[in-house]
Amino acid sequence: MTAVAHSTTMGLDNRKLGMWVFLASEFLFFGAFMSAYLLYIDTTNRGPGIEIFDIPFTSVSSFVLLMSSLTMVLAHNSHLRGDMRRMRLWVLATAGQGMVFLGGQVYEFTVFFREGLDLTQSPFASSFYFLAGFHGAHVAIGVLLLLGLYSLSLTGKIKPGQDVKTEIIGLYWHFVDIIWVILFTVVYLIPELRV
Amino acid sequence: MSTSGTQAADAVEHEAHGGHHPTPTEYVRIALILAVLTALEVSTYYFDFGRAGIPLLIILMVIKFIMVAGSFMHLRYDTKLFGRFMYTGLGFAIVLYTATLLIFVVDANQ
Repeated sequence: MTAVAHSTTMGLDNRKLGMWVFLASEFLFFGAFMSAYLLYIDTTNRGPGIEIFDIPFTSVSSFVLLMSSLTMVLAHNSHLRGDMRRMRLWVLATAGQGMVFLGGQVYEFTVFFREGLDLTQSPFASSFYFLAGFHGAHVAIGVLLLLGLYSLSLTGKIKPGQDVKTEIIGLYWHFVDIIWVILFTVVYLIPELRV
Repeated sequence: MSTSGTQAADAVEHEAHGGHHPTPTEYVRIALILAVLTALEVSTYYFDFGRAGIPLLIILMVIKFIMVAGSFMHLRYDTKLFGRFMYTGLGFAIVLYTATLLIFVVDANQ
């Protein structure tokens, strides 16, 4: 037996409503990790601190993630218009940009680790890796959702009239992007100005 | 489940969207503005904005946040309820941060 998806008494799609409630709760998760990071930003135990960040490199990956929101919204727009071929193309482009961002994060973490910033080195290191890693995990889940959407569309299980499915995955993806907009400023840029 | 149930919901949602969304050209225009704002953010790393640097970064972050949430997540076009969920979650996160910070500050002063 599977669940029945239907509109709520407010005339809203319950799947979309559910996604918004989920995203609202996600803010608290990120809020907690961000609080920890900001509180421990100077607790480096004489190890590497924020000077280890490579702003030009992170700027490029931030730009890639930001532009993935454009391709995601274009995928939804194509689905709305029933252009499934173009929708799949934009979904694939979004997933590709997500993978580029993840590759950048893996590279960044590897460089930091080699420079002595390991997970248990200091409260700063732990809070940074948890915050950035938690966001990276969200991007990875987003990429899997996008690839699932692509496959289901390719096999005809998602049809032109079912654009709400693309929209829900899009909401998740834009949320991941919006969180990065905050993280890029709060974690990388503002601390650099304090130095 | 009734597949017809899902299809009915899809139909309701599809109908509800009708024509309220921006065109692809408008989406590209919004993305270009976001790209310019990001470039401006990154410029604070290369150029000295003095005391205006941090407020400028916060303002740019808020503008980008509102643009993505409003246009790409369709908060400007959807029911206000979704926006309330979003900003309630964000509000709780800010309260959580402020409370944690206050506890640490009070603890450090004792």
